[in-house]
Amino acid sequence: MISLFARGFDRSTTAFILVILGLAVAVPLLNLMLPPESLFHVPVYIVSLWGKYASYAILALSIDLIWGYCGILSLGHGAFFALGGYAMGMYLMRQIGTRGVYANPILPDFMVFLNWDHLPFYWWGFNWFAYAAVMVVLVPGLLAFVFGWFAFRSRVTGVYLSIITQALTFALMLGFFRNNFGFGGNNGLTDFKDVLGFNVQAAGTRGALFAITCVVLAAALMMCRALVTSKFGKVLIAIRDAESRTRFLGYKVESYKLLVFTLSACMAGVAGALYVPQVGIINPSEFAPANSIEEAIWVAVGGRGTLTGAILGAVVVNYGKTYFTSGVLAPYWLFVLGGLFVGVTLLLPRGIVGTILHLWSGRRRPDTPDPDPQPVGEPAPAE
Amino acid sequence: MDERETSALLYLDGVTVSFDGFRALNELSFTIDPGEMRAVIGPNGAGKTTMMDVVTGKTRPETGDVLFDGIHRLTDLYESDIAELGIGRKFQKPTVFESHTVEDNLRLALKADRRARAALTWHDNVDEVTRIDLLFETIRLGALRSRPAGSLSHGQKQWLEIGMLLAQEPKLLLVDEPVAGMTDAETHQTAELLREINRERTVVVVEHDMTFVRALDVKVTVLHEGTVIAEGSIDQVSANERVIEVYLGR
Repeated sequence: MISLFARGFDRSTTAFILVILGLAVAVPLLNLMLPPESLFHVPVYIVSLWGKYASYAILALSIDLIWGYCGILSLGHGAFFALGGYAMGMYLMRQIGTRGVYANPILPDFMVFLNWDHLPFYWWGFNWFAYAAVMVVLVPGLLAFVFGWFAFRSRVTGVYLSIITQALTFALMLGFFRNNFGFGGNNGLTDFKDVLGFNVQAAGTRGALFAITCVVLAAALMMCRALVTSKFGKVLIAIRDAESRTRFLGYKVESYKLLVFTLSACMAGVAGALYVPQVGIINPSEFAPANSIEEAIWVAVGGRGTLTGAILGAVVVNYGKTYFTSGVLAPYWLFVLGGLFVGVTLLLPRGIVGTILHLWSGRRRPDTPDPDPQPVGEPAPAE
Repeated sequence: MDERETSALLYLDGVTVSFDGFRALNELSFTIDPGEMRAVIGPNGAGKTTMMDVVTGKTRPETGDVLFDGIHRLTDLYESDIAELGIGRKFQKPTVFESHTVEDNLRLALKADRRARAALTWHDNVDEVTRIDLLFETIRLGALRSRPAGSLSHGQKQWLEIGMLLAQEPKLLLVDEPVAGMTDAETHQTAELLREINRERTVVVVEHDMTFVRALDVKVTVLHEGTVIAEGSIDQVSANERVIEVYLGR
């Protein structure tokens, strides 16, 4: 097990982990320790904004793990992210207690508004953080397991799989939009007060949430790197490159796909759970098919099959989105996003990090053969 | 496990496969004895590749029986189970893991526990390296071991794939058109390689190239429209009128 994790430290991963952990400490400190008038003071909204980017980065990592290394292009990962987010949101709703508009100690406001007289069974237990934390991982994981079991056993691959993942997230969106589904309908869950007894609005809590998200991101990166450099990861790449060859070698391709898909969904759930307290709301629009497509674009921009690229892509694209949608250029954001995708596909098919790694290994090759080259190569398109 | 039903290593009896009414295999029956090398020839559409698909579990026949080693009913098993029983398959188009190194291609093929749990706890070991070195001696690609497999030439990929099959330590090797697209020298070397492999393992070669089949000098089975129309030495089958009519005499 130790050797599995020791393998996780190559140079670019180590650099990323150090930067992420550095930010985890520096950003909250610059917010809390410096007076607002200081040049280096980081306003609290920036802390939460970058916390949001960090949770998106975890989501992007989960997509890269299955797309970049196993060739499974999920265009429904937003669903697992949102489910994790809802599980956390339900905990946060139960923490509001009598501070809601209707001051009902048990029922969240929207249930009182709908004249419900008791808490539905699927809300039971969400007043305990530990229970909610288990659900954050379990619900997306279970859905992915059942979905994957049927899809992979029926040998659904390529665009067909991508399409049914879109259908999955779309169906969930329609469900969650309904008031009688019991998750707040189109308003979703919001107006949170406390998390583990700390005020979610307080600068200290926001700094802590940011730091926790960064630590989880660093741990997720390490775990993914250890996974893809293990023999398990080599089998995943083998499946990506030549699925039937892998099968005729005796590997049960379905089991490998199912395991990595479920793991990826659990990661996406954790990302969603970290996202919700920082943005203060979760609603059915998180299930929108367009979101899931955008998430795949982050990974493509950063570089498929590199892990670090997924993180960079998520941050760069979302930083761009924040920048463009908050100025005079706001109406043009979707054009920029579309242009970005077309541009990256045509000009940088390996993505940002993929291209850098490729140039780097090309420059080194003549004199010293790379003993363990990055498995970047030519990540097969989703067929 | 019930009693062995036949002494043959591979036994096909009355196997029929049809696609949209077209009978790719029509009551196909033949047997392969342990240790032999067999060439299967036939014109396009004779059912050669479909026969391999049935044996390796990719296609399920409508009727008929396929027995391996006299006890395993292959028609009930999945591809991965059949591979683990000891049947290796080489595709017509060389299929290797392009972004893995040549060495990793062999490593993934080495006979070992195929379950995900084993793959997660795997670590480098001397035994594996020894086995890989031995394979490199057979397929003669040792100098390229740390190159990505995608950078190999067509012929080298064919050999790597054969090496991967050997790494599985199969009892039976099914080889689909191994010399398609090879130079004369490579074809000659491939015939040598297959003969070397045949010393320890049973081999079935599907091939179009008659000079190659002649060079192998083994028993030949001729397929036409999904059934066996002749069987014997290459000289015997070339003299068969039916064979001349459908295949050789075009």
